Amino acid sequence: MTAATVEGTGAPGWRTCPVTARRIDARAERLIRVNAVAAVVALLIGAVAALLLALTRWQVVHLLPAEWYYRILGVHGMNMLIFFIIFFEMAVLWFAGTVLLNARPAAPRYAWFNFGMMLIGALMVEAMQWSGKADVLYTSYPPLKAHPLFYLGIILFAVGALSVVGQFFATLTIARRERTYTGSMPLVVYGAMTAAIIAVITLLHGAMVYIPTFLWSVGLIDSVNPQMYRLLWWALGHSAQQINVAAMVAIWYMLGALTVGAVVLNEKVSRWAFVLYILFISMASAHHLLVDPGFGPAWKIVNTSYFMYMAVLASMIHGFTVPAGIELGMRLRGFTKGLFGWLRKAPWGDPGFSSLVLSVVVFGFFGGITGVTIGTEQINIIAHNTLRIPGHFHATVVSGTAVAFMGATYYLLPLIFRRKVSFWGLAKIQPYMFAGGLLLLEFGMTFAGSFGVPRRHWDISFTQAAHDVPFSPVVDLFMAMVGIGGIIAATGAFAFILIAVTSVFFGERVTEFPRGKAIAGIPQGLTNPPVHAANADAVNAELHAPARGWAGPTPGTLVLVAVFFLAFMLYYFTNWKLLSFLWKIG
Amino acid sequence: MLTKVHTGLDPVQGVWWKPAHKAEVIWVSVAFAWCIVLFAMMPLWHWKGGQNPAGVRSRVEPKAFYARTTEFAKQYQVGTDGGVPIAAPPPGADVYLVAMSFQWYPVLQLEQGKEYMLHLSALDVNHGFSLYPLNVNFAVVPGFDYALRVTPTSSGDFRIICNEFCGIGHHTMVGRVIVVDSTGAAVADNPDATIEHGGAL
Ligand code: HEM
Ligand SMILES: [Cu+2]
Ligand SMILES: [Cu+2]
Repeated sequence: MTAATVEGTGAPGWRTCPVTARRIDARAERLIRVNAVAAVVALLIGAVAALLLALTRWQVVHLLPAEWYYRILGVHGMNMLIFFIIFFEMAVLWFAGTVLLNARPAAPRYAWFNFGMMLIGALMVEAMQWSGKADVLYTSYPPLKAHPLFYLGIILFAVGALSVVGQFFATLTIARRERTYTGSMPLVVYGAMTAAIIAVITLLHGAMVYIPTFLWSVGLIDSVNPQMYRLLWWALGHSAQQINVAAMVAIWYMLGALTVGAVVLNEKVSRWAFVLYILFISMASAHHLLVDPGFGPAWKIVNTSYFMYMAVLASMIHGFTVPAGIELGMRLRGFTKGLFGWLRKAPWGDPGFSSLVLSVVVFGFFGGITGVTIGTEQINIIAHNTLRIPGHFHATVVSGTAVAFMGATYYLLPLIFRRKVSFWGLAKIQPYMFAGGLLLLEFGMTFAGSFGVPRRHWDISFTQAAHDVPFSPVVDLFMAMVGIGGIIAATGAFAFILIAVTSVFFGERVTEFPRGKAIAGIPQGLTNPPVHAANADAVNAELHAPARGWAGPTPGTLVLVAVFFLAFMLYYFTNWKLLSFLWKIG
Repeated sequence: MLTKVHTGLDPVQGVWWKPAHKAEVIWVSVAFAWCIVLFAMMPLWHWKGGQNPAGVRSRVEPKAFYARTTEFAKQYQVGTDGGVPIAAPPPGADVYLVAMSFQWYPVLQLEQGKEYMLHLSALDVNHGFSLYPLNVNFAVVPGFDYALRVTPTSSGDFRIICNEFCGIGHHTMVGRVIVVDSTGAAVADNPDATIEHGGAL
């Protein structure tokens, strides 16, 4: 599409966003779109795989043959965790770096080259996995060996992504130099920058692990130390999750602002929390290696926690400031009734808002609590490589990150693609369907794992094994939850893909957002922007008045985090108790 | 005092380095204190708790470990189970268990309440030691000997599930640990899994 024509004012190649009044560069816009489309394609492949996996793990159905179960498991891991998430993050970086700062993209042609490199890398990986030349799962632990093109594809993808991250920093510099905004960069951009910094650390570890492995696969190196590989691989694999968390939190702040006018309570607190992610994440691979033979307890304890669990602290801070920002934003707009009036009056039918809330709640309550607990050195003994692990990370990277990304898409479709959201009725329920199915799947996995059901396992009826393993019959129930939850979640993912693809290619064009009128296909935050009244500062000062006591302007959020904290303590200490029933081991 | 009302999408004007409200300070302090508890629990459990992944860890040549294990199995063999020797080492002994695609070797017979030094390693690729039904999990990495002091506090007929993907036969890889009580009585938790040529049992 030729965006050289300008709606609004400005130079050729630019347009002005009618909602946010940002100047948008057409070249940046195209980069955002192409990365988002690539992400959705990967999501489609990953979701088909997800359905097949769920239907195989549900032992009653046991759909795939063994070989294909393991193959599809690898396909699912790569497409979801790597291609879907990272392509989407590339779109987020371009969006945050250009649109939010009114800036032009640095070297857009080079960006297309990088996109091409990522795409080719991804296609190489697909080809190797589908043809059965890389049946090593996405972790590819040596001495299991895949075809060299599998490793090379990952390297190309990573180099492309690293270059885009470099371009993001260049874009920030340009914006600053050209004074496209005044003051300090917005918090959302700050969060995206956090993600980008962690991405550099991550991708450098990626090079350290995949280049030797590639050389080994072509025969130039004799062997790869399997324990060293696990260490470096998780330095990549874990910090990659911290990119996802930082990007997700940035999107929380963005969706809060767009949907309900969420405010930033205190920039210092929120920005410090982002800095903590950077400082306490590099090499946090230790919590994947807690029951590995290569490292001693002192190393394990220090490196999982850095003495103080400061990255956990950071998430707990955002877990307060995001809902509190929503609460205060709503109160400032007049929804002041009682403790939770702001929640009752919230736009639950707006898929951007419902995604935001579901993402915050499931990420915090389920992903966060289970993650910290099973990531404890000793408790890991009763969790490592059981289904508790995918139960945990689907709550973080899927219910958290993927749901937030989907919520953002409902706003990007009208703002960037300038199309109405198709199947609006479906879009309104999609977040609930996807997150609900996932919750069922996550509970099923977590409980099954507590009974010792392994992850990455084709047949827990052990029909071909040397000895029988008679799992308790309740395990069947939990695996049925995995199967049924998986069907619902995959349906939710397909619904999202249907909506996104139809909107992008066949959606009704949007050129303006008439104020005050609800329009099917346009989220309410765009037709009814949650702006704050001119006297908001005075109202804010009033809400902060010392006379209102220590609960201050956000008493509802304090109640919510108190509930969270109690749940956290309960789950954490219950697990210590369960651990204490085991044999003596040391 | 307060910054101007603004959202995360707005650039921030002026100085944003402002003190946080009391509610935020309280939450950050509570969270920080909790993080210290989370940290402290781990050293504390090493000191007072009974389950730690510490052990004695060393490098080992996979073939050498395998040879040592077969020797161990021969020395203490009391029977066979499906062609795999059952080894019944005396209390306090060094016990060897090797993982290979797709088998755990040998079958172990231990005594309840006695301490053993259990050495775990792999011959070929990564495997995962998962003791069923207790749900005790350890990574088994070729080239590394993970020696854990283990005292079975319950008797019974246990399984070892492989829970690290090790190839197409991964799901067939199940081993066995038998724990007899102090009277040496046979354990029949699991009547389906009979020992073919029972030795000491
Ligand atoms: C559409 C909804 C989804 C469903 C129903 C689903 C379901 C599953 C199932 C059943 C497994 C296999 C667990 C096992 O047998 O060990 C799995 C593994 C996994 N999933 Fe998902 N998933 C979904 C979405 C996602 C997304 C969006 C991501 C990442 C962003 C993701 C990342 C992973 C990873 C990394 C694994 C582990 C692969 C491995 O062990 O090698 N999943 N998922
Ligand atoms: Cu194995
Ligand atoms: Cu295995």
